[in-house]
Amino acid sequence: MLRRLLEEGQRVCVTIDGKPVTARVGDSVAAAMLSCGLLSCRTTPISGEKRAPYCMMGVCFECLVTIDGVNNRQGCLIEVSEGMRIDTQHGRRAVE
Amino acid sequence: MRRDYDVAVVGGGLVGAALAWGLAREGQRVVVLDEGDMARRASRANFALVWVQSKGLGMAQYMGWTVRSSDAWRQLAYDLRAQTGLDVCFQRPGGFHLALGETELAARAQRLKRLHNQPGAADTKVEVLDRTAVERLLPGIGPEVAGGSFCPLDGHVNSLRTLHAFHKGLYLLGADYRSGHTVHDVVPAQAGFRLMTSRGEVGAEKVVLAAGNANMRLAPLVGLKSPMQPNRGQIVVTERAAPFLHYPLVTIRQTDEGTIMIGDSREETTDETMLDLSIAAVEADRARRMFPALGKLNVVRTWSGIRVMTQDGFPIYDQSERYPGAFVVGCHSGVTLAANHALVLAPMIARGRLNADLVGAFSARRFDVAKVA
Repeated sequence: MLRRLLEEGQRVCVTIDGKPVTARVGDSVAAAMLSCGLLSCRTTPISGEKRAPYCMMGVCFECLVTIDGVNNRQGCLIEVSEGMRIDTQHGRRAVE
Repeated sequence: MRRDYDVAVVGGGLVGAALAWGLAREGQRVVVLDEGDMARRASRANFALVWVQSKGLGMAQYMGWTVRSSDAWRQLAYDLRAQTGLDVCFQRPGGFHLALGETELAARAQRLKRLHNQPGAADTKVEVLDRTAVERLLPGIGPEVAGGSFCPLDGHVNSLRTLHAFHKGLYLLGADYRSGHTVHDVVPAQAGFRLMTSRGEVGAEKVVLAAGNANMRLAPLVGLKSPMQPNRGQIVVTERAAPFLHYPLVTIRQTDEGTIMIGDSREETTDETMLDLSIAAVEADRARRMFPALGKLNVVRTWSGIRVMTQDGFPIYDQSERYPGAFVVGCHSGVTLAANHALVLAPMIARGRLNADLVGAFSARRFDVAKVA
């Protein structure tokens, strides 16, 4: 659905829901998820509806995901890094 | 739209809406005169506890009245759901007041002892628990928690949905709700009252003043009084989380939709447009010391609201001697007492007479006595 304008650049390897994925250095987590074809990154806490990154600038909080085990991170504000573990989030975050 | 009514309720918040709903269920033709969206709205800025423990120091009758409402809440929630289809999420698992350190725990125990030593005190079944006993019910407490008090009659509710349910119920019962109708004057007339509002005049046989802190201004118009002393509270709200806190605390509760609300500040200012973050910080810090896991949650908002508060903190229920069709109803705990207002007080007002055995203690005449003494 989304296609990169520029394909060159350094790559990093991350996992999304356990699957190895290649992203570009400088990508936000949200951009990395979108560019590998994911159509949603989470389900909502109340109705369980699917949500996807929307504003891409830290305002709408639609892109919440679990990063390295921490829930409710804003995917559009965090850059990918080598080995990062990204997971789609289902419903409310946990309190541990 | 009908022009004349059996009763006009001034105020469409939780107190006014509960009374209007109860009156409409009694077959009264009801109009609710409410302010607009810019009004101060305690019914939209509250902690939503149905709370018993610690209420009534200085007036034992208030304890019994509160216990009665807590007991009646299940029926109210059932009736609202049956009529409107809205689940107001009333839960009464019992509630905690936690103490950080032994000094706080001793002060808590002392306060509860004084409360229950009053003549006529109601049995609230509250008990003071040591740390081990608290931990059995609240496994996530921090090391500073010395213990706390637990009252099985405490609970909580979704207060916004409760307000919505009352209004939906009013609509279904055929009552008229008029927003943007600020009442400037109430004029006793031949048969009832004429209410002068910002959008014209409304006539009604009876009038119920349920306008929160504005009762202070309105009550003298119909031979009543309602001394008020509002104050401000601030709340910190976290992101939604999976169920974590299964009992409400007086200062922390998790809502049915997952957010955790923190705070019980009491400030003298009545400016609700500003926040004092140093106060919010203390609230958040105490919450984190009570439950360390809360420290990992993101705060998504903080807000402040103005409490409706009578001068001595106890409800004011009164009927005018000079104009017997005029009533005043004001209290701090519009959520806790909603069941009493809808199911007990409204039927009395429908019949035109407050039952002194049940609510005589809440007459504002108590302020005259205090002045003489």
